[in-house]
Amino acid sequence: MTGQPIRTDVTIVGAGPCGLFAVFELGLLDLKCHLVDILDRPGGQCAELYPEKPIYDIPAVPICTGQELTDRLLEQIKPFDPVFHYSQMAEKLERTDDGHWRLTTDLGTVIESKVVVVAAGGGSFVPKKPPIKGIDAYEAAGDGEGVFYAVRRMEQFRGKRLVIAGGGDSALDWTVNLQPLAKSLTLVHRRDEFRAAPDTVNKMRSLVGAGQMALEIAQVGGVEGTGGKLEAVILKDKDGERRLECDALLAFYGLTMKLGPVAEFGLNLHENLIPVDTERFETSTPGIFAIGDINWYPGKLKLILSGFHEAALMAQAAVRIVYPDRKIRFQYTTSSSDLQQKLGVA
Amino acid sequence: MKIHVTDREGGEHELEATNGWRVMEIIRDAGLPITAECGGACACATCHVYVDPTWVERLEPRGEEENDMLDLAFEVQDNSRLSCQVTMTPALDGLKVTLAPE
Repeated sequence: MTGQPIRTDVTIVGAGPCGLFAVFELGLLDLKCHLVDILDRPGGQCAELYPEKPIYDIPAVPICTGQELTDRLLEQIKPFDPVFHYSQMAEKLERTDDGHWRLTTDLGTVIESKVVVVAAGGGSFVPKKPPIKGIDAYEAAGDGEGVFYAVRRMEQFRGKRLVIAGGGDSALDWTVNLQPLAKSLTLVHRRDEFRAAPDTVNKMRSLVGAGQMALEIAQVGGVEGTGGKLEAVILKDKDGERRLECDALLAFYGLTMKLGPVAEFGLNLHENLIPVDTERFETSTPGIFAIGDINWYPGKLKLILSGFHEAALMAQAAVRIVYPDRKIRFQYTTSSSDLQQKLGVA
Repeated sequence: MKIHVTDREGGEHELEATNGWRVMEIIRDAGLPITAECGGACACATCHVYVDPTWVERLEPRGEEENDMLDLAFEVQDNSRLSCQVTMTPALDGLKVTLAPE
């Protein structure tokens, strides 16, 4: 499943605001970038956690939302034509014989570059798992059976008895989409109100009204099974517990950030953060840099603007690694026709 | 001012509380294990606590956004709160909360 290696100048792990701005700073120095992100779109936390929430501390931008910030960064880096590899996790980092870093993702994408920039924020966004004892035993149990936190292939749930937990768009969308396939389907949510799009909620309610699925106002309090095969979930509400037989539980409680395989990259860690120097923002491993929320140095502040500064200094060091013989001059976009040409504005 | 926090192992901690700080910030700054992933934006539900029943009525009620975000928390109870949405005031001196499982 591993593909042909892609060769580029810089591999950036994380397409959040710092990873995106790094493309700009590296691009001004003629470095091409490939970015890997576990989300299916750019923006990192700005896109996943607070796309609609206002940010007030971006210099010269009195107010913008997480999504607007992402959109503006994408516009700013467009001239540099970055390549994005979404919905995949940077899994392995190793040295090649000819002095490159080879990054492999869980989807088998292989990128080789002399410089790697870890801009992974709080780590990979992964599904939140309910703190239910023994639930791990049923994860990845089999085709359409066990506990799931995402739906990769709908067809595996055909003819199964499904329990879906959650009240947001993921839970409601999959309820409506899987109901026609399933043998039976029960949506479990802690209250009779849903954050999901009203249209989907209405569809779900008509299915319940028509007796084609069930809605339980309760919380999932446990799972039961034998030999790794899920047999039932335990629902809890004020009146107590009840058992609901099923083949699969699909739990949608949003995403959380886990450092994940970055911890295995061989970098020194300081309380799950990557120590860097403040001249180059390079890690203990030459050629591997860390910028944004994932790095640590004395006085570190987890602010987007700090990550932008770190990206600029990192780029100055990175270009000297990619082009060791090149004489680098420092230029301003305001006055340099060379930079303006790169930006497509000259 | 103080707040009393019970951690997930049952350990009890008396923390110095500052007027105007969010309860999440007081817990986080004391080094107790609270994720508070979004940093207080009411966008993640990883600062979920249970408020001691004797204190529930003395807090401002949950906002709509907080109630929505609690959908992403586990083992939600009537006394569940997102601690980033509870601001410390002298009236809350002595507040007791327990960190929810995660």
